[in-house]
Amino acid sequence: MIGQVLYAASMVAFAVALLFGYFWGANWLLDRMLATTPAMAGEAITRRDSLRTRIRPWIFLAPTLFFLAVFLIYPIIETFRLSLFDRLGQNFIWFANYSWAWNDATFRQSAFNNLAWLIVVPALSTGFGLLIAVLADRLWWGGLAKTLVFMPMAISFVGAAVIWRFVYAYRGPDMAQIGILNAFVTWLGYPPQVWLQIPLVNSFLLMVILVWIQTGFAMVILSAALRGIPQETIEAARIDGAGEVRIFFTIMIPQIATTILVVWTTITIHVLKVFDIVYAMTNGENQTQVLGNLMYRWTFIAGDSGRGATIAIVILLAVTPIMIWNIRRARAAEGTG
Amino acid sequence: MSSVKIRNLYKRYGKVEVLRDVNLDIHSGEFVVFVGPSGCGKSTLLRCISGLETVSEGTIEIDGRVVNDVAPSKRGIAMVFQSYALYPHMTVFKNMAYGLKLMGLPKETIAAKVREAAEKLQLTAYLDRLPKALSGGQRQRVAIGRAIVRDPKVFLFDEPLSNLDAALRVQMRIEISQLKEQLTSTTMIYVTHDQVEAMTMADRIVVLKDGVVQQVGSPMELYDHPQSLFVAGFIGSPKMNFLSGQFADPFKAHTVGIRAEHLDIAPADGAWSGRVIYSENLGSDSFVYVDVGAPEPIIVRQPGKAAHHAGDVVGLAPKVHELHRFDADGRPMMH
Amino acid sequence: MTSIATDLPVARESRLPNWLPRVGVGRLLAHLALLFLVVVWTLPIAGLLVSSFRDPDQLAVSGWWTALTAGRVQEAARLPRATEQAEEAGRFVIRGNLLGANTDRQIATFGPTNATLRANEPGATVAMPAGGEITVEADGAYLWTSPTAFTHTTGPRIYYVAEIPPQFTLENYFTVLTTNGIGRSFINSLTVALPATIISVVVAAFAAYALAWMRFPGRTLLVVAVVGLIVVPLQLALIPVLRLYNNVAGLFGVDGKGYFGVWLAHTGFGIPLTVYLLRNYMAGLPREIMESARIDGASHFQIFVTLVLPLSIPAVASISIFQFLWIWNDLLVALVFLGAQDDQVVLTGRLINLLGAYGDRWELLTAGAFVSITVPLIVFFSLQRYFVRGLLAGSVK
Ligand SMILES: Nc1ncnc2c1ncn2[C@@H]1O[C@H](COP(=O)(O)OP(=O)(O)OP(=O)(O)O)[C@@H](O)[C@H]1O
Ligand SMILES: [Mg+2]
Repeated sequence: MIGQVLYAASMVAFAVALLFGYFWGANWLLDRMLATTPAMAGEAITRRDSLRTRIRPWIFLAPTLFFLAVFLIYPIIETFRLSLFDRLGQNFIWFANYSWAWNDATFRQSAFNNLAWLIVVPALSTGFGLLIAVLADRLWWGGLAKTLVFMPMAISFVGAAVIWRFVYAYRGPDMAQIGILNAFVTWLGYPPQVWLQIPLVNSFLLMVILVWIQTGFAMVILSAALRGIPQETIEAARIDGAGEVRIFFTIMIPQIATTILVVWTTITIHVLKVFDIVYAMTNGENQTQVLGNLMYRWTFIAGDSGRGATIAIVILLAVTPIMIWNIRRARAAEGTG
Repeated sequence: MSSVKIRNLYKRYGKVEVLRDVNLDIHSGEFVVFVGPSGCGKSTLLRCISGLETVSEGTIEIDGRVVNDVAPSKRGIAMVFQSYALYPHMTVFKNMAYGLKLMGLPKETIAAKVREAAEKLQLTAYLDRLPKALSGGQRQRVAIGRAIVRDPKVFLFDEPLSNLDAALRVQMRIEISQLKEQLTSTTMIYVTHDQVEAMTMADRIVVLKDGVVQQVGSPMELYDHPQSLFVAGFIGSPKMNFLSGQFADPFKAHTVGIRAEHLDIAPADGAWSGRVIYSENLGSDSFVYVDVGAPEPIIVRQPGKAAHHAGDVVGLAPKVHELHRFDADGRPMMH
Repeated sequence: MTSIATDLPVARESRLPNWLPRVGVGRLLAHLALLFLVVVWTLPIAGLLVSSFRDPDQLAVSGWWTALTAGRVQEAARLPRATEQAEEAGRFVIRGNLLGANTDRQIATFGPTNATLRANEPGATVAMPAGGEITVEADGAYLWTSPTAFTHTTGPRIYYVAEIPPQFTLENYFTVLTTNGIGRSFINSLTVALPATIISVVVAAFAAYALAWMRFPGRTLLVVAVVGLIVVPLQLALIPVLRLYNNVAGLFGVDGKGYFGVWLAHTGFGIPLTVYLLRNYMAGLPREIMESARIDGASHFQIFVTLVLPLSIPAVASISIFQFLWIWNDLLVALVFLGAQDDQVVLTGRLINLLGAYGDRWELLTAGAFVSITVPLIVFFSLQRYFVRGLLAGSVK
């Protein structure tokens, strides 16, 4: 244990030294190799100056380019290639994996579940986030309320899974319930349920966990957006005779529409990648499978890199529209700024 | 020696041509002011000289050396920005010392130079403060100090006083003028919107419009002999009165221009006559607005308090030798 | 003139009674609605926290919300066989304690059959179906006496309700930290998260500056690429990167799984977002400051180190926090790129193992989960401002 602590500490030092060495070293070298002295001819100074300004960006960017290339760009290409090969990546089998996926019941089930996640989680998170933001901004203890709702954001999916498994815990009908959901249900006079084994209900209960985590995110962003609405527009509407509810829907919501869309898409990305929650809660049993977990199973449990890669590509295709939209927005921002 | 010579300079952003065929000779030790309407390219021209913008075409010479590709820091220039651009996390001392440190000067030299500049600008008491603990005028002085310590050959100012209130502006204007007296061999190029700054500080004024130099000359040259309708209208406050059509015909010109102080109110028969619509008393003198039937009222400057009131019918007599005559192209006609 | 003066109070009087209650009800509803939502959001964590400190026996039989009240359990104990009897003053006696040595617990009621377990208070004397009569005290001690000798061969049961006083303990934490390896994994998680955070933020900061303030061909293209890569799902990179690691490690004859690989992987997967967020912040710094430094003769490296980095500290801080939390909370990357041995399993992975092995040992699970979320919660509560700022930087433009 002490050894590990020392190891960790020395590795932090090593990482810092490595980065320091690279950035300082490379820049020092550049300044050194292309140094200018007042004694040199004006021409030469100018040439070296401009050479230095042309090289320096690439020193700054080189590590990032390395990481982008090795961990994102190369994998995209390689994963696509693997998706066209068989389980060990040896024989080229065209799109056989894709047609397998198309016909596979579990894959379809997972895709269907992902679709359900895709609708439920962003909708509920954004909805609750907006509701809490609106309520909290009007009440004196709103700050505290926001902190508490926001707190789950900091918790890992696995931690959240433990927390919620405890909420859904089941004890036989003749015993005292220790899970709060079943305690509530029995208090209402109904028999306790093994929640995580009831198809559809169990998927929904898994989604609840992600909603619980993401609502804080939506709330913080939307709360900031709501505060950014010019107060005059609301006052003008009030003078025009609009009620609070009407003001909310016709004046405030349209002004934060873009932000809502951003929040929605950000949550969507999280949903598409969702893995930990399902893995920890049900591991895809009882019809709760999702693509993220299915991909993990095929790749690392079943050892079929072709099918695993195919599922990964399907997830990538699903996020592509968001990617394009983001790029468009970035382009527009570049243009104006 | 620190002359600036600009030859056939063009600056384009994509397809937009911001500067067009600029030619300028600025002599060593001269104080030159760029004026012109907003968006005409003053800042762009200044930034091209500084090297912060590259030029699209043409050459810039400082001290006889073409500096088109020379890095800003090696052109021997210093620049004072409108927003001061002080480094917010450094004290006044460090702000001023930053450039010197980069030059690799020894510590004592840096300290001595900074102290000297601080003395000159009355900043000695503030050397250990952060910029946020300074007033607007003090910040401006720090920005100037930061430029002075570099001993620049050419001093560039981009609207340095426009963030200050009127009183402070007058004070800083005088300080910059004094600075100019002290730094006799330093060339200064100064961009402003302010007529008074331009007229009082400049050795020569460069008038720009839509990226084209309209006229270069001393303030009085520009005032007395504008080379175009635009310059005539731009220089001087209040604006020169322009009359055309039937009003200009007696003078055999397309348009005539006459400054407010070159008009007399004659009891009956002047060149023009009209009805007083309004008069402004400034105490020392007054402006009388007379509607002669032209699109704009004529402004007449009168010493002392105005003796005329709205509704009075008056005649206007121009001092004929002060009259500016322009042809249909806006070019001045010989007297 | 006078009509205004007289109208005003009347108008007020007629309006007030209608108007005020309506607002009052609305406010009250808002308070209640928010309270409800906050309670729903906090209950799960509260349950975890409370449970992790409870006595394992109580945790298993009663809900955590009853933790502060005495727990009641229905139990049964088998009385000894006739061979245990003793003869005292002419009576045959069997003695003992229903609750054993566990003296915290108290008998609330008891009875000789399941149906009568709530029928008798402690101290009462009850006839036994097997013969004789029994007296049970609150502390569990019983005295079963009979004028005739006991002859039963299997001891009869006695049914009772036991009261367990609320008990809180740190033992759960002690257990998970030592015997279940959570303590070890805590260190492992730190070993993963700290270097990976530092590497990614430093690397990203340089790139962000280049993309914000340096001019070079292909800059816009690069920005666009970074934005596009933000959303690439992690899953895509797993197989190729793992293969790459194995190949490279094979060259050196070492194991492809290890900390070094995880740091690089986390840096790689996080770099588009980190670069993007930092670039947005840096691009918002005043241009004149950078230009002024350039005129002063500073190179881009000097501008970055002496000006941009100090001025970007708020952004760097919030992005570091994000990156740290993301890595700390990650499961998938650790699962794929780290080994399964004790000195490499991170907290999330260990928690998963606990879930698999002790799915019903809630005292271990809750304590383990709480250990795993302490660091994020400390970071969250102490640096909430930065955390929120980081979120906003990424989303509101
Ligand atoms: N980066 C750029 N890209 C495209 N056009 C630009 C850019 N920078 C400036 N311009 C254009 O160049 C013209 C001149 O700008 P400049 O800043 O030089 O004006 P200016 O005379 O200093 O105006 P002001 O008095 O308002 O400061 C403007 O029309 C402006 O829109
Ligand atoms: Mg300007």
